[in-house]
Amino acid sequence: MAAQPETIDQVRAVTEQKYKYGFTTDIESDVAPKGLNEDIVRFISAKKNEPEWLLEWRLKAFRVWQTMEEPQWAAVSFPPIDYQDAHYYAAPKQKAGPKSLDEVDPELLKTYAKLGIPLREQEILAGVEGSEGKSPAIAVDAVFDSVSVATTFKAKLEEMGIIFCAISEAVQKHPDLVKKYLGSVVPYTDNFYATLNCAVFTDGSFVYIPKGVRCPMELSTYFRINQANTGQFERTLIIADAGSHVSYLEGCTAPQRDENQLHAAVVELVAMDDATIKYSTVQNWYPGNAEGVGGIYNFVTKRGACRGKNSKISWTQVETGSAITWKYPSCILQGDNSVGEFYSVAITNNFQQADTGTKMIHIGKNTRSTIVSKGISAGKAQQTYRGLVKILPKAEGARNHTQCDSLLIGDQCGAHTVPYIESRNRSARIEHEATTAKISDDQLFYCRQRGIAEEDAVSLIVNGFCKEVLKELPMEFAVEAQKLVGISLEGSVG
Amino acid sequence: MLTTTYATRGADPSTAPAFLAPLDQLKSGLPGAALSWLRDLREQGRERFAAVGLPTIRNETWRYTNLRDLTKLAFHPADAADGNVRFDVLPTVRTEGQTGPRLVFVDGRFRAELSSTEALPAGVELLSLAAAFASHGELIGEHLGRLALADDRPLVALNSAFLADGPVLRVAAGVAVDQPIELVFVSAGSDERPTSFHPRTLIVAEAGSRAVVVEHHIGCGTGTTLANHVAEVFVGEGATLYHYKAQRETASAFHLSHTAATVAKDGCYDNFILTLGARLSRNEVTSVLAGTDARTHVSGGYMVRGSQHADTTTLIDHAQPNGTSREVYKGVIDDTGRAVFQGKIIVRPQAQKTDGHQLNRALLLSDTAEIDAKPELEIHADDVKCSHGCTAGELDDAALFYLRARGIDQETARGLLIGAFLGEAMEEIAEEPVRDAFQALVSGWLEEKR
Repeated sequence: MAAQPETIDQVRAVTEQKYKYGFTTDIESDVAPKGLNEDIVRFISAKKNEPEWLLEWRLKAFRVWQTMEEPQWAAVSFPPIDYQDAHYYAAPKQKAGPKSLDEVDPELLKTYAKLGIPLREQEILAGVEGSEGKSPAIAVDAVFDSVSVATTFKAKLEEMGIIFCAISEAVQKHPDLVKKYLGSVVPYTDNFYATLNCAVFTDGSFVYIPKGVRCPMELSTYFRINQANTGQFERTLIIADAGSHVSYLEGCTAPQRDENQLHAAVVELVAMDDATIKYSTVQNWYPGNAEGVGGIYNFVTKRGACRGKNSKISWTQVETGSAITWKYPSCILQGDNSVGEFYSVAITNNFQQADTGTKMIHIGKNTRSTIVSKGISAGKAQQTYRGLVKILPKAEGARNHTQCDSLLIGDQCGAHTVPYIESRNRSARIEHEATTAKISDDQLFYCRQRGIAEEDAVSLIVNGFCKEVLKELPMEFAVEAQKLVGISLEGSVG
Repeated sequence: MLTTTYATRGADPSTAPAFLAPLDQLKSGLPGAALSWLRDLREQGRERFAAVGLPTIRNETWRYTNLRDLTKLAFHPADAADGNVRFDVLPTVRTEGQTGPRLVFVDGRFRAELSSTEALPAGVELLSLAAAFASHGELIGEHLGRLALADDRPLVALNSAFLADGPVLRVAAGVAVDQPIELVFVSAGSDERPTSFHPRTLIVAEAGSRAVVVEHHIGCGTGTTLANHVAEVFVGEGATLYHYKAQRETASAFHLSHTAATVAKDGCYDNFILTLGARLSRNEVTSVLAGTDARTHVSGGYMVRGSQHADTTTLIDHAQPNGTSREVYKGVIDDTGRAVFQGKIIVRPQAQKTDGHQLNRALLLSDTAEIDAKPELEIHADDVKCSHGCTAGELDDAALFYLRARGIDQETARGLLIGAFLGEAMEEIAEEPVRDAFQALVSGWLEEKR
């Protein structure tokens, strides 16, 4: 079925709007010389005043990286990247370690004000609905090029034993935790981009939720690439100890530039017994212009390990930006009864290319995973869902349900589905569906029985489901994300 | 962006010499040596295979099927001394006493004394490729090597290098053949050494014709064999071709097969493969809907037990508007068996109004069975309806309980449920006699199990 006209209009409204985060900030920066070699790795490590073991780890990764080849299997094409033609470190110049926001460069503060990211705690209180006088809604860590410039609500969180800070700070203050978990989910030999990240990562967020603590607010990191010719390599590490709960949001934007910039991040999540981590992303890097010039190459490795029993990791992503996206947030379901979820809405337009999906590795008994992927492709964009569901022999009673739908608008774009399903346990049940009508027969039946047309019912169910996730995003993200989800699912192809 | 060509990634040329070495001795003895295009085709195949060798699991389309075992065996091309076996009964879909057109190939060589081409209507030609080189040079030259491209697939290259014999069927425009045309391939081999052969099948169904082709692949003896089949199928405008295949080679056989079909405007190509035998098998079917309003049905059933490995790989290429494709595969995997299903549907930009449907369902019967599935869609047109479904699991406990509660013993109940599960695929066989004969093979397999 062809897309409905109103659907097309709606997508156009979303995708053709000018990239409003495309401005640059004129700020004095500390920039490492161009190029990549062991000296640069040492330079970054020295800048961060890192302990010897971390430098060694970086160098090991760098040596492995030199022997690796870029992955070729993704359905994306781009000219070869010259890894020597970029700066691997750029930081806004400021006095060493600002004590408070007052010492932060006002230009920087203006940038975040322009982006709508509240860096002052009182502004959050004033700016977020329903939070007056109550506990604040969001704690923000702002990463500008290679460094974290501010983290809000740290003191408040510390009272509960929660650690939320820049990873470079965590290396100094909590070296044992960092040493124990860094690289434990994504090892330094993992893949080309992740290994590169290990060698040159600059900043990112670190979160530790102690046993039994439910994090009282959303934790959020806002990534901003500003400097030209730089790559951004951030590293996020989130550890949820037994019985804890955390919801984490990630947002990103970049200036409008004609050259492509590389963003190769690594995110590691660790969930212990009964812990829950919810990780949401609204990815809005500069996608390039309508002719396909410029834009961010977003080559990201995100992986969560459900180490403990009854643990749960849920990935939610709204992917709208980047010239090229190469991203597979995954779950390793190690603990018995652990749950992995992946909900994705991806929209590509013009010359954007996205190869995204997930991996669910079922190791423990009664592990469950749900994958829901909605892809919308317009203009000359190419989009691929690539996912793996793997059931290992000991995963008795494992259960997976996968559904991926894509919608094409225009005859010059492409939408592809490449699911890999590997089962080595007979009691495992795996379903891969590609029809919208099969969301959940029960829910559908419930709606149909009350006189709601099937199309409307499907839309209602998917919207209802998405809203649950989206309403917890910061306001400025939620508005944009909801526009995307408002798109009718009519005319979907699997 | 269209990804149909074989990437050289993971190529291992070091495996090539062992397979190509016997070619030098053989070359002069190959039929049709006088035809220059044939010499070129063989030479191109040889060169390509020498450059890439056997596919390895580093290649995306071979990631689940490892041909490593082939490299451990020194295969010799079958010679006349091999396959000198007698047959009392050859497999058939006909009822007892009935005869009909049939070609028999033993170790890839045509056996005239076992074959019969009588009772074919005018306009139908059924003969061996070796003979056709002499009598039908032009027809063969026009079609051979046009669909199965050596550049894309190393095993096709290997087949071309050794190209010697196989069945040729041509149905003239407007001719309908009512009775099934049977092609019997026997892997006999030799007890002394592993034997390989590379049959090539050519089917040309001209405009408005209709035919039913049934392939039987069986084995005898205990020798290790490698059958590397390539079939090229041309379905003309408005023509309908039913192409059925039952593969039940021995547990020491390797069965590799690539069928490449092209369907012209309003044509229909219907393929069904039942896989029961062989130690390792791979059935690759490619169907290109090259004309508007073309249809293709590509279905099958696979039953894997012991340490068997069965790979089903399909590619449906919607190149023109208004095409319809349908795929239904059902598989049962027991013991330490492993089954692979890779199905890809491509809808090219101009192929609007395409309706593509694919279903693969696998049943795991043991704790050590494995299924690897990769149902893939590559869609470049916006006004299409494409879907795929893929499931894996075990027998439904509730259904089993229902039968047990009615006094049916465990084994019978399981047999009934497995039979019913496979039944959904068997229903895809449109020709009744074929369906009955194939159903009997499935029942036999289930009986053996008990």
